[in-house]
Order: sequence, then C-alpha cells, then structure tokens
Amino acid sequence: MLNKYPLWKTLMVLFIVAISALYAAPNLYGEDPAVQISGLRGFVASETTKANVESTLKENQIEYMNAEFEKDQVLVRFKNTEDQLRARDLLDEKIGEEYSVALNLTPATPDWLAAVGGAPMKLGLDLSGGVSFLMEVNMNEAILKAENGMVGDFRTDLRGEKIRYKGVKRTDNGIEIRLRNAEDLDAAETFLSRRYRDFIFDENSDDLTLTAIMTEQKLKETREYALQQNITIIRNRVNELGVAEPLVQRQGQKHIVIELPGIQDTAKAKKILNATATIEFRMVDTDGDLNAALSGRVPASSQLLNQRDTNRPILLKKRVMLTGDHIVDAKSGFDEYSRPQVNITLDSPGGSKFSNATKNNIGKPMAVVFIEYKPTGRVDAEGNTIFEKVEEVISAPTIQARLGKSFRITGAGSQAEAHDLALLLRAGALIAPIQIVEERTVGPSLGAENVQLGLQAIVIGFIAVCIFMVIYYRAFGIVADVALTVNLIMIIGVMSMIPGATLTLPGMAGIVLTVGMAVDANVLIFERIREELRNGKSVQQAIHQGYDAAYSTILDANITTLIAAFVLFAVGTGPIKGFAVTLSIGIITSMFTAILLTRTIVNGVWGGRRLEKLPI
Amino acid sequence: MQIMNFEKPIDFMRFRKPALMLSVFVMLMCVVSLATNKLNFGLDFTGGTLIEVGFEQPADLTKLRSVLDSNGYDDAVVQLYGSSRDVVIRLGVREDVKAETLGDQVLSVLREGTGQNIDMRRIEFVGASVGDNLAEQGGLAMLTVLICILVYVSFRFEWRFAVGAVVALFHDVLLTLGLFSVLGLEFDLTVLAALLAVIGYSLNDTIVVSDRIRENFRKVRDEETGQIINISLTQTLGRTFITSLTTIIVLLALFFKGGALIHGFATALLFGVFIGTYSSIYIASSLALTLGVSKEDLIPEVIEKEGADQEEMMP
Repeated sequence: MLNKYPLWKTLMVLFIVAISALYAAPNLYGEDPAVQISGLRGFVASETTKANVESTLKENQIEYMNAEFEKDQVLVRFKNTEDQLRARDLLDEKIGEEYSVALNLTPATPDWLAAVGGAPMKLGLDLSGGVSFLMEVNMNEAILKAENGMVGDFRTDLRGEKIRYKGVKRTDNGIEIRLRNAEDLDAAETFLSRRYRDFIFDENSDDLTLTAIMTEQKLKETREYALQQNITIIRNRVNELGVAEPLVQRQGQKHIVIELPGIQDTAKAKKILNATATIEFRMVDTDGDLNAALSGRVPASSQLLNQRDTNRPILLKKRVMLTGDHIVDAKSGFDEYSRPQVNITLDSPGGSKFSNATKNNIGKPMAVVFIEYKPTGRVDAEGNTIFEKVEEVISAPTIQARLGKSFRITGAGSQAEAHDLALLLRAGALIAPIQIVEERTVGPSLGAENVQLGLQAIVIGFIAVCIFMVIYYRAFGIVADVALTVNLIMIIGVMSMIPGATLTLPGMAGIVLTVGMAVDANVLIFERIREELRNGKSVQQAIHQGYDAAYSTILDANITTLIAAFVLFAVGTGPIKGFAVTLSIGIITSMFTAILLTRTIVNGVWGGRRLEKLPI
Repeated sequence: MQIMNFEKPIDFMRFRKPALMLSVFVMLMCVVSLATNKLNFGLDFTGGTLIEVGFEQPADLTKLRSVLDSNGYDDAVVQLYGSSRDVVIRLGVREDVKAETLGDQVLSVLREGTGQNIDMRRIEFVGASVGDNLAEQGGLAMLTVLICILVYVSFRFEWRFAVGAVVALFHDVLLTLGLFSVLGLEFDLTVLAALLAVIGYSLNDTIVVSDRIRENFRKVRDEETGQIINISLTQTLGRTFITSLTTIIVLLALFFKGGALIHGFATALLFGVFIGTYSSIYIASSLALTLGVSKEDLIPEVIEKEGADQEEMMP
C-alpha cells in the first residue's frame, strides 16, 4: 500500500531517536564541583589514597557527596564550591608532594546513564574558560644541536680509523671536514659514507674538504624526534600543573597545542611550561657516614638527597659526572633475564666524559639525580611566583663496567618505573627550545556569557522558525517542527557520544545555522507535495512523489555542504573545528529527521487512507 | 498559506545579460576595494595581542587611552566591544617585550591606572608567523573546497553546471570579502568559517535549481533551454524563498543575540544568503545557459528515474 511503513521501519526510526535522546540526556543534569587527585611521577593513586583522602576530609569536617576511585584517579564530589576550595587547599597541603590536586567540574550524570556511557558534551575553552597555548619548537636549533653532536662523532671515528684531519666543524652548509691530502680525503669519504648512511658526503678535491649534509630522511627524523620529545616534556609539566583534563597535542610539523581548561593563573602556567628540568649523574658517597650526615655532619664534598621511590636519604658526591643535556635518547626495555632496564644514549662529548668518569668506579653505585624548578605557590614582592629547586635521586644503580656513549641502567624497579625513568631522562634533556607563539585566555565570566548568548540565539531562532513553519505549512509544519526538535536532540546526543567532539561558540553558531537550514529539506518536500497536488495528483500519490522527487536533490545539496564542512575541519583549529563538527553532524542528522522521521509521521497520520485533501 | 505560486513561468533569463553585467561590475568594484582598502584582518591573521576587559561601570575610554599612553603603550587601539562596560585593547606585534607576557602587563597597568576592579575576560596573543600561516591555510581551504565541488558537481550533473556553480561560489566569496573590505569590518577566523558556510549555503541553492533544470530537461518537451530554466526557477522559487527566510530568521537571532564575538560571522552569513540566492539564479543557471547546456547533455541514453539507484535507501 502506498505510504505505509512496515512496522520494523517505524520501530527502527523510533529506536534511533530514543538512543539519541538517551545520550543527549546527561546534558540536562548540571555539574558538581569536584576535586581530582592523581599521582605525580612514581606515585599512583589507589584505593588507599581514596581512603586516606576521605579520612582527611572527615577529620577536618569538610562535607563531600562521594569519593570514587577510577582510572588511577580519585574523584571527590562536593555540594558547593566553598567546600571544594577548602578541600583542595587542605589536600594540596597534605599530599600535594606526591599527588596533583586539581579542581574540576564533574558532570552530575546519574549512575544509570553513566553506566551506558552517557556523558555530557565537552565544552571548548571559549565556553568553559581557560587558556590555550600554541608552542613552536625551534627546529633550526634541533638540527644545529644534532649537527654539533655529529662533529664530535666524526672526529672520534676518524681518529679511530687513523685518518688524519685538519679540522671538523659545523658550517651553514653542513659539517665540513678538512683533510691533509687526497689519499686521506678518499679514505675518509669511503669510511664515513659507509658508516653514516643518513648523511650525504660531498668531496671537494681542490681544497681537500669533505662536506656532510643530512639526508632529507634524517632531517625529517631529527625534526620529528625533537617534536615528540618536547611533547613528552610538556605533558609532564602540564601534569604538574594540577589541571583537570588538560590537552597536549601536536599540530602540524612543529607546533604543540596545550589546552588548560579553567586555569586562572596563566602567568604561572607559562612559567611552568617554560621551566627547566634536568638530570645529573653523580657518584654515591660510600665512604661518608650516612648517620652522621643525617644528624647534620655532612661531608663538605657531599650532599644529602632523598630517593624518590623509598623516600630514604642517600649521601652523594657534589661533583657532577655528567649533565642531562648530553642525553640524546632514553628507552625502556628488558635485559637478557627479562628484567626491566633503561637504555641511554649520549652524544659524543658526553660519551667520552662519561667513559672517563666511570672507568675508575666500576662496582660502585652511581646516582641519577632529577632536578626540577617547581613553583612554590608563593609570590615575591613583584608578584612573581617563587620557584624552588627540587633535587631527587630517581635511581642509584651500580656501575658494572666502563660506560660509554650508550649504556643501560637496571634495577629501576618495575617495568612501569623503567618506562617512567626513561621518560624523565628524556624529559630532562630539551633537544630544541620551545616558544609560545599563540595564547588565548578566556575568563570564566566571558565563557559563561558565551554559553548563555549561544543558547539564547539557538532558542530564539528555533522558536521563530517553528512558528513560521506552522503558519506556512499548518499540520505539516508541526511535523517539520517535530523533526527540527528531534534534530536538535540528535545533534546534542551525537556530540555527547563522540569523544573528540567539543562544543565551541562557533559550534553553537553552527547549530543555529543548522536549525535554519535543516528545514530546507522539509520545505523542498512540502513544496513538491503541494506542486503535485496542484497538478491534480491524488493525495497519496502527491505524498509519494513529493518525497521521491525531493530525495536526490536533498542528497546532492547536503553532500556538497558536507564537502565544505570536511575541508573546514581539516584546516581549521580549535573553535573553527568545533563549527565544522556541529555543521557536519547537523547535516547528517537533519537528513535523517527531515526525510525518514517526517515520512514516518506523515505515513502514520495520513498514509494509506482515502483523503480528499491534505492540511499542507 | 502560500506566497510564491505563479501560474506562468517568470522570465528570469530575460534579465540575464544586464544581471551578468551588474555582477561583473560589482565584482570589479570588490577587487578594487580589496586592492585599495584591503581587508581589515583580525588578530588571527595579523598577529599581535588583544585584551578584553570588563568594567563594573561604563568604561571611560579617554582615561584608558591616557593610562596606556603614559605607560608606553601608545600604539594601543582601545574600543568598546558589545557593551559600554566591555573594552577591547589591541596591540601590534612588539619587538621589545616578550609578547606572551604583554597581556598580563597591560592588565596590571590598567588596574593600577584606573584604580578600578577590572575583570579579565579574554587575552589573545598570536605570533606573526602563525597569522601568515593561517592566511595561507585559509586560502588553501577555499581552493580545495571549490575544486572538490567542481569535481562532485561535474560527476553528478554536467561540467557546464559545475562551472556555473563554482563561478557562482567564487562570486559569493568575492562579494562577501568586498563587503568586509568596503565597510572595514574585521575579518577574523569566524568570518572565514562563515565564508565557507556561505559556500555551503549558496551551493545548496544552486544544486536545488540545477536538479530541477535537469529534471525538466527530461520531462518538458518542445521548449527551448532558456524557457526550461525559467520554468525550473519559477518552480523552485517558493522553496528558495522559504528557506532563505528561515535561514535569515535564525541569522538575525544570531546577529542580535549571539554576542559580539559572533557578529562578524552573522554579518558574513546574512549577506551571503542574499548573494547566494541571487547567484544561483543569475550566475550558476545563466552561465550554464551561456555555456550552451542543452537537453542532449543531460538526458542519459537509458532514461532512468531520478534517484532510482537509491531505491533501497528510499524512505
């Protein structure tokens, strides 16, 4: 029969609508102020941490709604922000050394909704308030540093091969090796080009020089490495900031995006992002008396430091064998007995330095010291944050043999700890300097205002369009309005379901625009039905033909708009991406609601019946 | 209720030549304005620092300017933003100060100078190189969109329609840019997004019209091409009018209620909707006609019902 849907089709449409409504629902329940506690460095939050936090709160009579432990984090919800702030200050004081204590707003999604994965939409920084940075990695420096490292390598290798050279230096055109005669030049060329396949060697027999330049591949690798390494460092530092849900992401070839929602003190954030952390290798003072040192009699050439994992003091020599800026790479792995280890690679000057320093100390323990400048939270007279130098021993392995350019550290504990150590070692050595090239700070008041304005525009636009449609298309207008309402719910539902989707102010503008344009499909269909009716078709024929004829037009028109939205998504950043996302989702959901949903309703109400005319 | 219901087709194509001449003239004007007035590029493109602050009382701009002047920020542009309590301060790219700390510095200078409680609403700093990059990317995005659309429309319709559609889009983008240049409105990232949305909207319109022309080529016999286009345009006029109206309704809501940040976006789109509607008639369709589109080009050898291949997905 014409214009009757089989039951399954109707049910399917209703099912899709119900699912979207379900996932849109969490947006109705606001947010609870919360404090989020996660472990720093070696520390991992656990059930014990949770119990600890709870008892601390109870002792100090701070009321809280509940505390949860999930995904290595403890989350405590509060009734009001006053309790939340008090709790944050208290916890930061008690356990701030080992854990980051961050303020957060946690969705107050009911358990049954959270159980099916329901969560409200994420708000972009322009709506939630916060700061975003774009940092640029100085790639020239990275390449320069890599080339400087190679100068030493070339020298060592040529010496090893007994090829005599006049000099090796880095120039703007690559690394220049000057030799004494033509035989040496040939020998050097043959030897080096075989050994360093990622360099291109250019021989100049006139002035007896050999020039080495990096291959494209090697240049690319060097840049990639510098970027990845900086991202690791930044991520570590951001974790130290105690911001809930920070985002650190690469963007393109040399940029890193950092988004810190809700942060107020941007000056502090900038300082920490630009702050330095470094590594030093020092010998353990085995001759000194630890107990004497603990009671205050520390030998002049030694220093008392804490070990991070055990928190026990250890006596170290003050003399630094090697600093972390010589570390080129650090990776965690396993040794032949499948115990976790960290493989460290040094640059050549570092290698020879280390080799000299360790040759007489075989069998003795060495210490890896992690040095960091941390903000104390206090400010000086000029309002600048005071930084505190924190030194910690992260590992104290025994030297097994004379160490060179690459060596390994075992005894770092578990595999996770080895991994962390490798990360810290890498984090200590900044390969390339970074610089903030873009910063956007949105105050919380503006964020809230943006949400309000955006909502207002959506509501006003929506109501106006709904009224217009009813006046113009009567009963069919109501059908279109239902479709429009469901469309809004579906956009919100889909936005809440997709993990990466963020609602921004332009995104809200996108929703407004979708409201206006989504009715287009219905207008096309309804105009077509009217036209068919005018041409003397029967009611059922008109409905059928109307939907049929409008279908391919709607499809073509929407696909082309989708193309524009996709390109926008590909090139846009931040808020603009948000616009592209809502626009794309809106186009797709509007096709569903404007065609399938309205047809279901139209079929249900008017389909398959003998009618003289339609209320259109 | 019905507004656009015509017994006879309107002879749109009669005004084809004057309309085309008008379009070419306006486009030239836009090019001239873009060359002389340039675009008032926003911070996103030029780089620099922008600080938005909120006051409890209506702000005294003269005082703010003198405070900034006396502290060495004599290049600062101070403007009200949205309301009398909101002020935006723009500073160019500076050599002497580390730009990333500039925002905080200006804020403290203002707090001291005015002795008022100032609410920091927004600080944006964009490095000069980032801005250049963005302008390049934006241009590239436009070009990519146009090429993708050219390909898709050629594939779904016919190359003459594709050329018509793309020229119409180019026309819309150029005119919107021209408007921003003539009025000196700020061109920022949201306007760029709006421009791409204009492309989407205008294209929507063009496709609907082209689709009808194709359909009528198959259905209507014994009419010349121009007349078929007229018939198609008349038939779709009702839809064009209603959709433009609903879109304009929501855009007005956005323009008046969406706040200052979204103003440029709404302006570009409002203008774009008008231009887009015009261009789908007088650029896209009339260009296809000028290029000599005819029945034979659009009637496939085996006549199949439109959308027949999508039968299974049919509602």
